[in-house]
Amino acid sequence: MGSPVHRVSMGDTWSRQVHPDIESERYKQSFDVERLTNILDGGAQNTALRRKVGTYLPGLETEATYDAATQEFVVHSPTMTATKWWPGDLGQSATHALVQAQLICSGARQGMHAFIVPIRSLQDHSPLPGITVGNIGPKMDLNHIDNGFLRLDHVRVPRENMLSRFAQVLPDGTYIKLGTAQSNYLSMVVMRVEMLSDVICTLQKACVIAIRYSVIRRQSRLRPSEPEAKILDHQTQQQKLLPQLATAYAFHFLARSLLEFFHRSHDAILDRDFSLLPELHALGAGTKAMVSDFCTHGAELCRRACGGHGYSKLSGLPSLVTKVTASCTFEGENTVLYLQVARFLVKSYQQAQASSGPTSQRSLPQSVAYLTAPYLAKCPAQRAADFLHPELYTKAWAHVAARLTKDSVHHIQILMRSGADEHEAWNRTTVIHLQAAKAHCYYVAVKSFTEALEKLESEPAVQQALKRLCDLYALHGILTNAGDFLHDGFLSGAQIDMARTAYLDLLLLVRKDAILLTDAFDFTDQSLNSALGCYDGNVYERLFHWAQESPSNTQGNPAYEKYIRPLLQSWKSKL
Amino acid sequence: MNPDLRRERAAASFNPELLTHILDGSAENTRRRREIENLILQDPDFQHEDLNFLTRSQRYEVAVRKSANMVKKMREFGIADPDEIMWFKKLHLVNFVEPVSLNYSMFIPTLLNQGTTAQQEKWLHSSKGLQIIGTYAQTEMGHGTHLRGLETTATYDPETQEFILNTPTVTSIKWWPGGLGKTSNHAIVLAQLITRGKCYGLHAFIVPIREIGTHKPLPGITVGDIGPKFGYDEMDNGYLKMDSYRIPRENMLMKYAQVKPDGTYVKPVSNKLTYGTMVFVRSFLVGEAARSLSKACTIAIRYSAVRHQSEIKPGESEPQILDFQTQQYKLFPLLATAYAFQFVGAYIKETYLRINEGIGQGDLSELPELHALTAGLKAFTTWTSSAAIEACRMACGGHGYSHCSGLPNIYVTFTPACTFEGENTVMMLQTARFLLKSYDQVHSGKLVCGMVSYLNDLPSQRIQPQQVAVWPTVVDINSPDSLTEAYKLRAARLVAIAAKNLQTEVVHRKSKEVAWNLTSVDLVRASEAHCHYVVVKLFTEKLLKIQDKSVQAVLRNLCLLYSLYGISQNAGDFLQGSIMTESQITQVNQRIKELLTAIRPEAVALVDAFDFQDVTLGSVLGRYDGNVYENLFEWAKKSPLNKTEVHESYYKHLKPLQSKL
Repeated sequence: MGSPVHRVSMGDTWSRQVHPDIESERYKQSFDVERLTNILDGGAQNTALRRKVGTYLPGLETEATYDAATQEFVVHSPTMTATKWWPGDLGQSATHALVQAQLICSGARQGMHAFIVPIRSLQDHSPLPGITVGNIGPKMDLNHIDNGFLRLDHVRVPRENMLSRFAQVLPDGTYIKLGTAQSNYLSMVVMRVEMLSDVICTLQKACVIAIRYSVIRRQSRLRPSEPEAKILDHQTQQQKLLPQLATAYAFHFLARSLLEFFHRSHDAILDRDFSLLPELHALGAGTKAMVSDFCTHGAELCRRACGGHGYSKLSGLPSLVTKVTASCTFEGENTVLYLQVARFLVKSYQQAQASSGPTSQRSLPQSVAYLTAPYLAKCPAQRAADFLHPELYTKAWAHVAARLTKDSVHHIQILMRSGADEHEAWNRTTVIHLQAAKAHCYYVAVKSFTEALEKLESEPAVQQALKRLCDLYALHGILTNAGDFLHDGFLSGAQIDMARTAYLDLLLLVRKDAILLTDAFDFTDQSLNSALGCYDGNVYERLFHWAQESPSNTQGNPAYEKYIRPLLQSWKSKL
Repeated sequence: MNPDLRRERAAASFNPELLTHILDGSAENTRRRREIENLILQDPDFQHEDLNFLTRSQRYEVAVRKSANMVKKMREFGIADPDEIMWFKKLHLVNFVEPVSLNYSMFIPTLLNQGTTAQQEKWLHSSKGLQIIGTYAQTEMGHGTHLRGLETTATYDPETQEFILNTPTVTSIKWWPGGLGKTSNHAIVLAQLITRGKCYGLHAFIVPIREIGTHKPLPGITVGDIGPKFGYDEMDNGYLKMDSYRIPRENMLMKYAQVKPDGTYVKPVSNKLTYGTMVFVRSFLVGEAARSLSKACTIAIRYSAVRHQSEIKPGESEPQILDFQTQQYKLFPLLATAYAFQFVGAYIKETYLRINEGIGQGDLSELPELHALTAGLKAFTTWTSSAAIEACRMACGGHGYSHCSGLPNIYVTFTPACTFEGENTVMMLQTARFLLKSYDQVHSGKLVCGMVSYLNDLPSQRIQPQQVAVWPTVVDINSPDSLTEAYKLRAARLVAIAAKNLQTEVVHRKSKEVAWNLTSVDLVRASEAHCHYVVVKLFTEKLLKIQDKSVQAVLRNLCLLYSLYGISQNAGDFLQGSIMTESQITQVNQRIKELLTAIRPEAVALVDAFDFQDVTLGSVLGRYDGNVYENLFEWAKKSPLNKTEVHESYYKHLKPLQSKL
């Protein structure tokens, strides 16, 4: 067993003992937790190292007009709605801002470009002339981040302050484009890939806290003769938490494979080869939308699965929820991102149709190659165990994603044939595009998980534990979207029942490994900051100690003196 | 007024005022509610600061001040009717939670229900006037919904005729009661009664916890605040630890069970009556689910009519985001849900009052069904509304995350309803128990009545799920009645499957409890389907009672949208049960899109009809006049961080960094 020393909290003199209910969970090891941690870190050396140490761009109204006379840009927010709102650290801390603005030069609008704008004096930190800057006020969470507003009133910056890797303005105002318009989006893709690991981390932490708490908390007897059962032994609790755990693992491997793809395409892009960019953009957008969506819902589900204590900030869960939920709307609002994925799917499908023939499959990007795979009308599963074959459920997801994409194209075509133009047809069919994009993203996640499993041949015990999570992840998705799989008869009602049987059996198997699987994330107690989720399981003692240290108990109660006492006395004097 | 909103209001096909009367129950109710609201809006004593800019301690203080103020004013205004008290409090507190609320909602009612006449004489008067501030301490740190697991003990000592209260373990520390931490001086404590060496289960005791005059905890009592929470900043949810703390024998509430001076225990006649308070609180929560969701919809829909973004066609001006199909698809089903829950809430309240009258006359026959129905509907509506409020918040994009939207506060204040007053999964399983009992009853040849009477139509030969396919599929997707029928078939099928799976497990496992646990996922599904059916049915029935044709037409569209959206989201159940065909599901999805278009011009008028005052919404985005951006800017300027142009932390931490460069 890997040493847990790095995980436990220091300084709690009253908690030297590990709670027996959580100790017993770790007693039988079906796999080596440390090995799994190493796999998650990408190698033992990494584990050791770790232990040491506004969306729609064209619509933004801010303008940067080039003045050839002074060789400066005049950056200006023309209306109230053009006020920059939300950027982090902007309100009180930042001295410079990277402002995205509509470039106007050579008498034309050239699209969004980035400009470095000094906003505060480096001498006394006061706002520079023409700059109105401040904090946007309290938010759900992230209150330590100083989100700010910024209004620019004809602020002049030198020509050199425009970021010019992919486009330039020459001193005389001539505009030169280098690369495609899409390259401006590259920095957004970078942001989306970089934020993934933080977002996934919140779901992992929420799972650790909720699952550890669920083996300490006991409620109701399952057999009359026994003590009250651990709540993790209730089927309903397993159904809430274990699919979240599976999702947390699935996203870990998804993010890793996206990162690999990103590095490959990024090198090409720096050499001005943009051919992989559309796929990278779609994968980045879709993964960001799906991951932030599911992590937000999952973290909140974990919070509620801890009953009342999940509502206490001492559980650590409220702050995980309020942090992760911000990710659904920043760096691209999720619906907008899903629709970008849908556009990519529709385009790829149409492209494959146009060049039908044996070469078409090769010409489609890898992540959408399934759109031209041979059509499979019915799922071949005959018994519950068949649903434990990665190939079977990966194909099922590919089938649904392909069918929904074809439906998307079909609906657009019908509307266009009846006279609607392209844009109107698109807006009137967006609901189905969303469905198609979501199914596609789920497929990509299932596929990356199964591919990660294939690389673990040398670790059979770990591989088996992870395969159950992969199965659970795929089946959970199928059952929560059963209608999509039943719709064209791909799965029959009887097959859905088989999938459900396989799913319920998996819950029991994953239940046994649950604590080990959460330990493997290797969070320290300090980073979890949760009275419910500590490694030693001493939930209640910690809850009581932490509550007593709350300022509401260590500082007096001025409200009593001011209002309660006079109220009580007013009654006494009347009596 | 913002021109977009003016246009929206002019375009609606019905008069929202009429719909407001329907929601309030009558035109007279609307009039009286507004009268009370105006009392508050015009009273300078009730002006208050924006809670978003206050610390927790300041928020607690303001809430206590308001509570104290309120007691005086309600007397002054002669407000006594429970509904009127609620309206008064809602607006007066304006999104504040009240630290003394448990005195009124739990302490006094429990005293009335379970106290003897002598006990009521002793404590009732002073608690009504807040001389005694009471709370209700049931939940313990390690024990919640499963009451039998509570560990606190009250041991009778015949020598001194006292009860000795003890908190024997860390897990038995009373935890969560509202107002317990700092405000209350008395608590009704639930404890295991032990007399003459025998434990008789849970009983209620009146326990003084703080000294009158000094407000200091009494010797033997450890009491305090449980620390910061997701929301409820104003509320001092507390802990209570008792070490051999003695109270007189008379402090046990003895209307039903009694302990004689010599320690003899006298059993209560019936314990069904203790259901009453629980059922009442849960039925109230159904109404709360509707109100909270209605607020969130009001904010998100008004904002979506004001906010412009992107372009549908290149070159055209940016449209209102409410014109995007995806935005309509996010919000309108939630608006339909808000209306559905409004009507369910009103129905449950009426039913509770009707049955409660019967109980007063000794008729307990309808209590089990009411108990099962409120448990399930409490879970169904609070789960749905929680998710829906969050969806409204996210539909406002980035601004929804700011407290200026009011939405984070609505969410954190509402979401504990999923776990308190009976954790939702446990509630669903209680409803399932009733459903299976009714199912068994039908099987033994007895008919059942009420909301579960559809189980009578389940002939025994149809219990095999595969044979369910013979059910006729004649669903007319434009008829609310026909859709109600479809939901009924779905509920019947899922109850039958859960019953069958339970039976199979019982045969295999030989233990009923283990079998129940291994079927609980199916059982929760069955309960959810039952509740969904009840909501669709009640919404459909409500349509018939609406006189005004234009209002009826628009509500009919909402009712259809609610029903069809539920089918689309649960298409698997309807397909697998052969209740609907694949092509019907395609038609359902098509019809949903048509309904979105039909509801679009009515949307703003539909949220106006909820008739929330701006101050109640507490939202810059949801303002009635739609002047969002100007006010957003003004609001942010009030943020304490903006008090100085250069924050002190700059001099402390950032400036030294820069000088090194």
